[in-house]
Amino acid sequence: MRIQKRTTLVAAVAALSAVAATGCGSDSDSGSGDGDKAKIGMSLSTLNNPFFVEMKKGAEAEAKAHGVDLTVTDAQDDASAQANQLQNFTSQSMDVIVINPVDSKAAGPSVKAAGNADIPVIAADRAVEGAEPTATVSSNNVQGGEMAAKALAEKIGKKGEVVVLRGIAGTSASNERFEGFEKGIKKYKDIKVVAKQPAEFDRAKGLDVMTNLMQSNAGIDGVFAENDEMALGAVKALGSKAGDSVQVVGFDGTPDGLKAVKEGTITASIAQQPDELGKMSVRNAVRAADGSDVDKEIKVPVKLVNKENVADFS
Amino acid sequence: MATDLKKTGPGRGHGGEGGRPGRGIPAEGLLPPVVRRMLFENGALAALLVLIVVMAIMSPDFLDTNNLLNVGVQAAVTAILAFGVTFVIVSAGIDLSVGSVAALSAMVLAWSATEQGMPVFFAVLFALATGTVCGLVNGMLVSYGRLPSFIATLAMLSIARGLCLVISDGTPAALPTSLEWLGKDFGDWLPVPVIVMLVMAGIAALVLNRTFPGRAMYAIGGNEEAARLSGIRVKRQKLFIYGLSGCFAAVAGIVLASRLVSAQPQAAAGYELDAIAACVIGGASLAGGKGKASGTLIGALILAVLRNGLNLLSVSAFWQQVVIGAVIALAALLDTLRRRT
Repeated sequence: MRIQKRTTLVAAVAALSAVAATGCGSDSDSGSGDGDKAKIGMSLSTLNNPFFVEMKKGAEAEAKAHGVDLTVTDAQDDASAQANQLQNFTSQSMDVIVINPVDSKAAGPSVKAAGNADIPVIAADRAVEGAEPTATVSSNNVQGGEMAAKALAEKIGKKGEVVVLRGIAGTSASNERFEGFEKGIKKYKDIKVVAKQPAEFDRAKGLDVMTNLMQSNAGIDGVFAENDEMALGAVKALGSKAGDSVQVVGFDGTPDGLKAVKEGTITASIAQQPDELGKMSVRNAVRAADGSDVDKEIKVPVKLVNKENVADFS
Repeated sequence: MATDLKKTGPGRGHGGEGGRPGRGIPAEGLLPPVVRRMLFENGALAALLVLIVVMAIMSPDFLDTNNLLNVGVQAAVTAILAFGVTFVIVSAGIDLSVGSVAALSAMVLAWSATEQGMPVFFAVLFALATGTVCGLVNGMLVSYGRLPSFIATLAMLSIARGLCLVISDGTPAALPTSLEWLGKDFGDWLPVPVIVMLVMAGIAALVLNRTFPGRAMYAIGGNEEAARLSGIRVKRQKLFIYGLSGCFAAVAGIVLASRLVSAQPQAAAGYELDAIAACVIGGASLAGGKGKASGTLIGALILAVLRNGLNLLSVSAFWQQVVIGAVIALAALLDTLRRRT
C-alpha cells in the first residue's frame, strides 16, 4: 500500500517536472513569445510594507508593457508560505519565477528545486543563499555611497573633516555603501575622513558612537551614516549642531529619515527605488523567458533625497 | 590584611594583568585601609582602574569630565539590565530575555502613550508592569514548569521581541516628549540616565544585602536543596527573582528609549550578553551564590569605558570586537585569580 503510494508520488513528480521542462523548452524555442504569453510568477516577501507594494506596482506596469502574464503572491513574511508558493509556481509550469526572499537562506532550497525543473529564477531586492538564481536585481549601494559623498562634500564647501558611522561589520550593505563613499570622497582633496566607527545600523549605538567621536574630533563638519537609523542617532548626539554646523547624510530614505530631511536635521539621504526594482525584475524575467542572456548581477540606481525633493518621496 | 598582600604579591607572575601601577607595594602605607581593601579584594575595580589609566595615557580626550559622564550614560542601560540579571545569576539561574523585554516595555510605553493616548504616568506604570509580567512568566516556567532557566528565558527572548514587532508593526514609535527629560541632563550637567543607574544600583544592593528575598537568592544559588530544607519557599522566591529582573529590564528599556525619544523595534538586541558579561566581570559566578551590585556596576563601566576608548582611539571596526572579547576574558580572569590566591 505504502510502496504503491510512493511510486504514484514519484510518477507524479516526474510527470510534473517533465511537463515543466517541456513547457519551458517549447517557449524558449518559440522565441520572443508572440504566440502564447510568457507566464511569470512573482512571490513577494510581504505586502504589509509600502516598499514592497511599490515594487509590486512597478512589476505589474512592466508586465503590462511587455504583454506577459504576471501572477503576484504575498508570502506575508512567512518563509514556509513562500516555499509553498514557489512549489506551486513550479507545478503551474511558470516560465520564470521572481522571488523577493523572506529569508535569503530559507529561499535556497526552493530556488534550487525550481532550477532543477529548468525554470529560471530572478531574485529581487534580497540575495538568495545556497542556490544560484539566474539573476539578482538589487539596489546599487556603491553608487549610493558615491552620491552620499558628493552631497556631503558639496554641502560642507568641499573641505573639512568628516566621520563615517559604519553598519554591521561584514554585511554587504555596509561594505558596498562604504566602498562607494570612499571612492566619492577621494575626489575632494581638502576633505579628510578622520574616523570610521561601527554603530551596527542601530539608532542608540549611533547616538553613543557619535557622542564619543565628538569628544575626540571637536571640529567635525560632516557625518556619513550608512543608514538613516544611525544618522538619526547622530543627529540626537549633535543636538542643535545637526544641519547647522555639522551636516549629516544618511541612507535608505526611511519614513523617520525623510521626516528629518524635511526638518533639515539630516541634509540628505539616499533612497532606493522599489518600483524600479520591480520593473527591472520583470524586464529580466522576460529576457530569461525569451532565452536571451541575462546579467547575473543587476543594479538598480538609487536616488538622492534632499530638502528640495523630499516631498516627492513621502 | 598584610599577609593577604604579601600572598598576592608574588602571584603577579601568573596573574599577568594583575600587577599594574595601581597596586604598587608602597600603597600599603599610603592608602587608607578601606580603599586598599576595595582595590585588592575586588579584581573588577582594579581592572577598571587599569583600563582608565591606559585610556588616559593613550587618548588625551579621555580624562575629561564631559567624556566620563558620557561613559556613565553609555553604561546606564547595560548596568540597569545587569542588576536584574545579577539577581538571577546569584540564584544560579540565567536570564537571556532582558534585552527583548526592555525593547518590549519601551514599545508598550510608546504605543500606549502616543497611540492610545494614555496619560504618561500610567503608560510608564504599564510599561513597568509589562516587564514584570514577562519576568514572572519566566519565573513560572522555571519554578513550576521545571524548565531550565536558559530555555525558559530563551523562549521569552523570542516572544518579547516578537510582541514588540507586532505592536510596532516593525517601525519605530515616538515617545511622548514629556519623557524627554529622562534622557537629558539634570541641572545642566548630571545626566539623568546616570542618576537612574545609581539609584537602581542602590536598590539592587539593598535588595541583595538587606532583604529576605535577597539573602534567599544567595541561599538558593549556593545550594537549592539546602535552601528549601531550611524553610525558604524556593519556587515563590524564584518568581520574585525573575519578576524583579523583568522590572529592571523595563526600567532599562524606558531609559534607552527616552534617550532617543523613540522606541525601536530592534532596540537592545544582544544587550543580554553585555549584561551577563557585566555580571561575570563584576565577580558574579554563573554557578550561583556569588555576585554583588557594586561588582556588576563596575563590570558595566568596564564595557562602556572600553567602547568609548575604542571610538576615541579610532580602532578598526573589525579589531574592536577582538579587543572587547579579550578584555572581557582578562577582567573575568583577574577576578578568578584574585579569589584563588
